[in-house]
Amino acid sequence: MTDATSEGNFYVAGRAGERSPAPPRSGASAVRLTPERLPAGLRLLGPVLVVLAWEAASRLGLLSPATLTAPSTALATGYQMFSDGSLLPHLLASAGRAYSGLFLGVLAGVVLALLSGLTRTGEALIDGLVQIKRAVPTLALIPLVIIWLGIGEAMKVFLIFTAVLVPVYINTHAALRGIDIGHIELARTLGLSRGEFIRHVALPGALPGFFVSLRLAVALCWTALVVLELINTQTGIGYLMNRARDWGQTDIIVVGIIIYAVLGLVSDAVVRAVEAKVLSYRRSLGS
Amino acid sequence: MTFHRPITPEVVLRDLSRSFKGKTVLDRVSLEIPRGQFVALLGESGSGKTTLLRALAGLDDDAETAGHFQVAGSTSVLFQDSRLLPWMSVIGNVTLGLRRPDARAAALEMLGAVGLGDKTDVWPSTLSGGQKQRASLARSLLRAPDVLLADEPFGALDALTRLRMQALLLRLVERQRPTVILVTHDVEEALLLADRILVLKDGRIAEDHPVRMPQPRRVDHPEFAGLRQTLLSSLGVETEAV
Repeated sequence: MTDATSEGNFYVAGRAGERSPAPPRSGASAVRLTPERLPAGLRLLGPVLVVLAWEAASRLGLLSPATLTAPSTALATGYQMFSDGSLLPHLLASAGRAYSGLFLGVLAGVVLALLSGLTRTGEALIDGLVQIKRAVPTLALIPLVIIWLGIGEAMKVFLIFTAVLVPVYINTHAALRGIDIGHIELARTLGLSRGEFIRHVALPGALPGFFVSLRLAVALCWTALVVLELINTQTGIGYLMNRARDWGQTDIIVVGIIIYAVLGLVSDAVVRAVEAKVLSYRRSLGS
Repeated sequence: MTFHRPITPEVVLRDLSRSFKGKTVLDRVSLEIPRGQFVALLGESGSGKTTLLRALAGLDDDAETAGHFQVAGSTSVLFQDSRLLPWMSVIGNVTLGLRRPDARAAALEMLGAVGLGDKTDVWPSTLSGGQKQRASLARSLLRAPDVLLADEPFGALDALTRLRMQALLLRLVERQRPTVILVTHDVEEALLLADRILVLKDGRIAEDHPVRMPQPRRVDHPEFAGLRQTLLSSLGVETEAV
């Protein structure tokens, strides 16, 4: 849209095929304002270098296994735990907690955001409460929730639920309140009913904000889990890692860390794939 | 002109004033527009032309208002930015809020009439600026409004596209015969399209010119040049004789 992009001294990091090459200029006057787009695989360069350095340090004896296991050892341990079936029950237990909390938190966050974003009564009743909850760290609630719900599964799922609820509410609510005033005027001049306005204008307009919150939420549910699995449990990745700490098994700790990283990345990729599909109308907006 | 135009006033303003935070934008405007008339509102920025249009559209009702206005019949607004919802296909946008059983068929016909027959199912973001305004025009006219309120609808288009859109608007208005109120800063656009040109100054109607040239109009018509000169100087633009 802007003419500046074709002037040659302003590069947009967009699809490579659309970028017109800079016209030759005299002297060194062509200034690149933004870096060129990174080829797909190069983003992995940093992580790969770190892992190689780590492996090398272990092999050269600079890093004792008691401090940190070699990545190759961790992978071998992980593979062995997976094949002998000792890993899967823990993984399923963790996933069960994380995703039940996530599901409930997203559901409640969206419902509260809708009530608060679309009605004055809702905003008066709900918004202040969520803002207060936002200021209280989830982990600070643990003692109280243990008194209420005991030290079992309900307590863990409940705390993940409250941790997830807040960002989902905040982002979805903000997106609902930030509807383009032009679209509101359009809806009025088209004579839309309140129901039609919510269905066709408010909700689709808030979807991008909701997806931002969902990406925060899928990361958050696993984060909260690590701490919660320190408390009274015989299952879960967090439990495995703690037991390994007691026994000095750094390879199992690293396996746990890798599992969290993979789950986080996979969850995020799934949300982004769904987002790309649902918000496909935006694909052509990048120009 | 041979066609018959009843002279019932369709839009009536009586001493309409509007101010925003104490700043008066419309100052006791009185106006009658007969059914089927094509009125252009000219004026410098801040003269109140858009405020007048938005009042008739039922917008800005949080502003302090005195006097009254009445629009007999339905209205539809053509905004300068086409205001298509990006998450709806073109035909979804055009039929949004339309309550008639044949909405889809009528929309297809109307999109064909504005030259978007092959763009009915695409996202609005894939359309050019001119195509977006065509879709917006189709959305407005599909409602068969008694009064079409157009707020600088072609102001953001390039000169050639603007000429095509003006011709298209004229053709479709001939077909449906709504009353049209067109806000524009383009004197030639007003002269090409309108039956009547109002010049707003400081929130009041300063001038009211009938335009009697037959359609299609040509810029080399003798009345065209004379009126253009008059309008430009009343807008504060000094020009040499054309």
